[in-house]
Amino acid sequence: MIDVQKLDIRFGANHAVRGVSFQVGQGETFGLVGESGSGKSTVLRAIAGLVTDWTGRIAVDGQSLGRKRDRAFFRTVQMVFQDPYGSLHPRQTVDRILSEPLVVHGVKDADARIARALEEVALPRTARFRYPHQLSGGQRQRVAIARALVADPRVLLLDEPTSALDVSVQAEVLNLLADLRAARGLTCILVSHNLAVVAHLCGRLAVMQGGQIVEQLDEAALRAGRAVHPHTQDLIRLSRVLEEPAG
Amino acid sequence: MITDEPLVAVRNLHVDFPSATGVTHAVRGVSFAIGREKLGIVGESGSGKSVTGRALMRLLPGSAKVRADVLRFGTTDILQAGEREMRALRGGRIGLILQDPKYSLNPVMTAGAQIAEALRAHKRLGRREARDAALALLESVRIRDPRRVHDAYPHELSGGMGQRVMIAMMLAPDPELLIADEPTSALDASVQAEILSLIEEQVDRRGMALMLISHDLPLVARFCDRVAVMYAGQVMEELPAAELHHARHAYTRGLLECLPSLSERRERLPTLRRDPAWLAPRP
Amino acid sequence: MSKDSPIADAATPTAALEPVPDTAPEAALAPPPPQPGAAPSRRDWLLTDTPASRSQAAWGRRYQAWLAFRRNPLAMVGLGVVVVLLLLALLAPLLATHDPGAQELGNRLAAPSAAHWLGTDELGRDVWSRLLYGGRITLGMVVAVVLLVAPLGLLVGCIAGYAGGIWDRLLMRVTDVFLAFPRLILALAFVAAMKPGVESAVIAIALTAWPPYARLARAETLTIRRTDYVAAARMTGASPARIVMRHVMPMCLPSLVVRVTLDMSSIILTAAGLGFLGLGAQPPLPEWGTMIATARRFILEQWWVALMPGIAIFAASLAFNLLGDGLRDVLDPKQR
Repeated sequence: MIDVQKLDIRFGANHAVRGVSFQVGQGETFGLVGESGSGKSTVLRAIAGLVTDWTGRIAVDGQSLGRKRDRAFFRTVQMVFQDPYGSLHPRQTVDRILSEPLVVHGVKDADARIARALEEVALPRTARFRYPHQLSGGQRQRVAIARALVADPRVLLLDEPTSALDVSVQAEVLNLLADLRAARGLTCILVSHNLAVVAHLCGRLAVMQGGQIVEQLDEAALRAGRAVHPHTQDLIRLSRVLEEPAG
Repeated sequence: MITDEPLVAVRNLHVDFPSATGVTHAVRGVSFAIGREKLGIVGESGSGKSVTGRALMRLLPGSAKVRADVLRFGTTDILQAGEREMRALRGGRIGLILQDPKYSLNPVMTAGAQIAEALRAHKRLGRREARDAALALLESVRIRDPRRVHDAYPHELSGGMGQRVMIAMMLAPDPELLIADEPTSALDASVQAEILSLIEEQVDRRGMALMLISHDLPLVARFCDRVAVMYAGQVMEELPAAELHHARHAYTRGLLECLPSLSERRERLPTLRRDPAWLAPRP
Repeated sequence: MSKDSPIADAATPTAALEPVPDTAPEAALAPPPPQPGAAPSRRDWLLTDTPASRSQAAWGRRYQAWLAFRRNPLAMVGLGVVVVLLLLALLAPLLATHDPGAQELGNRLAAPSAAHWLGTDELGRDVWSRLLYGGRITLGMVVAVVLLVAPLGLLVGCIAGYAGGIWDRLLMRVTDVFLAFPRLILALAFVAAMKPGVESAVIAIALTAWPPYARLARAETLTIRRTDYVAAARMTGASPARIVMRHVMPMCLPSLVVRVTLDMSSIILTAAGLGFLGLGAQPPLPEWGTMIATARRFILEQWWVALMPGIAIFAASLAFNLLGDGLRDVLDPKQR
């Protein structure tokens, strides 16, 4: 479904992504893990078309993509951002935020679709005409997910979707994402610094460091700690330390 | 390690924020004491944990209404103390480390100059002595190249390095209590562990008390002696960190259980059901 | 401490320190004290957390801005004076005691009296009536200038800021050229090139007034275009024109409105200045600046002739400034 080959991204002197290649199959969820500055979010933004200065090959559904994306692309691929406080327009109601993609794509039954989208992300009907500042962080992230899904995409790009949320809300959002993915057969890429979150949602993952993928492994190998690269081993160790009972 | 007279005593602390439509009760009857030990205060956003820490330093906005039966640091009654007394307390006997060094360090002063200023605010020191003391402090927070960091501006430092400078600055006047409010949530996991063990080491070596405020329950449990779990302005449960996994309160258990795990696979994460009974007023 | 209460959200410091969990305990928020004398039903409809329609949500937000604005007494004074001045100008035909052009040469430069409330000018015309009709011209010029300037500045600034690159450089250099001239001098040159009159003055002031708005809108746009909500708008597949018009401009508008009200006074003064120099409204039109200009010859003996339009200009400028300050506190998103 998604094929990235030798992706290279520079911002001026900063060589942010160096020759990244990976594939994601139909219906699969792929994780990109790394510390801040490892280039994982930049890769995601390049796939989404938000970063345009890249070289290499990005293909979605067998079609190679250029730097400029057409409207059909945005019906196939959607994205959920990290910060639920920053990704919703502060002067637009939930209703307006959700209707925007429908208006752009000329979808007919906007009203019913918005109601259905709200229901799907388990937001009460009363939330429809609220402004983002009247919602909690978790509710905002649900709105952001509803916006991404309202025009029925097939690929969902998730950029640290829960790292700004409380752990109890994180659990709710992770469950919601798992449910939606199963119900719609979505192909997902999840960017996160949290190995446990990635292991929870993803079947396969790539570990990034300094703009490169240092290792690709599957969930079982990750949980069993069968990592080869020292950076991956470091990340796993740090993540484990906090899970064990304090002693 | 608790002595007879704890360093900090808080009994029945209330903080209210009046507003146009009603009063927001941020903290509702919190009591705890800190001796020469490490107390972790854990809670989700909005639980009132930061407000509690700030009430202790009287750093709340003017609209806040603070009430308490006892709010005491050492022999100082914080509710009664004058502004001058509070200034001597803040950044003197109490140090505060905030989440993001990017915002808490002065961007137009070098790291060394800021530490020197913190030193000279509470001790009479010459220019040269201050510089030497600042370098010594930078070395004590495990900065490998103190001279370079001393002359660097905050934007030239990484997040972890900035937080070390911040810690050095707060250690300068030899405080008795260190309040760390989410000191590592802006940092990567690897740096996070280093910074916390650094704080731990300094607290142990200097015999300070530590109040570690965080949303991250496992992290706090790892570095503190005792943990107080806050929810909606109240302390739900206070327990020794080592016994966290035997926590009795449903909220504490819920917080622990809803975390995804790396070692075991779970189809669905249990979610937290908030029980209104948790908020019932207690004797 | 319910995050769901919008008012508490805007006004409580805790909201800034710590957002509140999903299902914050309702018990934590004490019920609001009853508002004596307020109509409860309409107020509740406006302040509800759960608006049932788009318009209710929009009106609720406006009402909250109004509540915040109302708390600033100086701004309310400014608003009051502006409204009174506008009403006086609009109702001039009803309120005027004389024809503003009617000369009464036997009664020149009379002191204020029962017949002529504010006295008469050098041609025996009633100053009160001329002030009222002058308000129509002066305030009308200000409104015309604003209607020309604000959309132009907004459009240029937003396009330059959002498009970037060559468009940005081109538009901003044009802006710089206009900014490089002192305002009054450039306006003088424009009027001199055209025929002196109200329309020329309006165009001249507009031409010199738009660059700061373009700069402001561009600066705002540069920060807005980096935000995630604009990235999200791009992800909907919207065209750049749609993103600028529907997502960026509404965010630039508040600071522009504030800037406009703060600028009103200087527009009034520029208009009066042009009038004073004989390049704005032409006699016998009663424009405030022109009135002062003709009265300056008698300023020592018959001071009231110059003082009355002076007071009008002063009051209007001050009122717009106070209004602008109040609006800034309410509208500026950075203050929240």
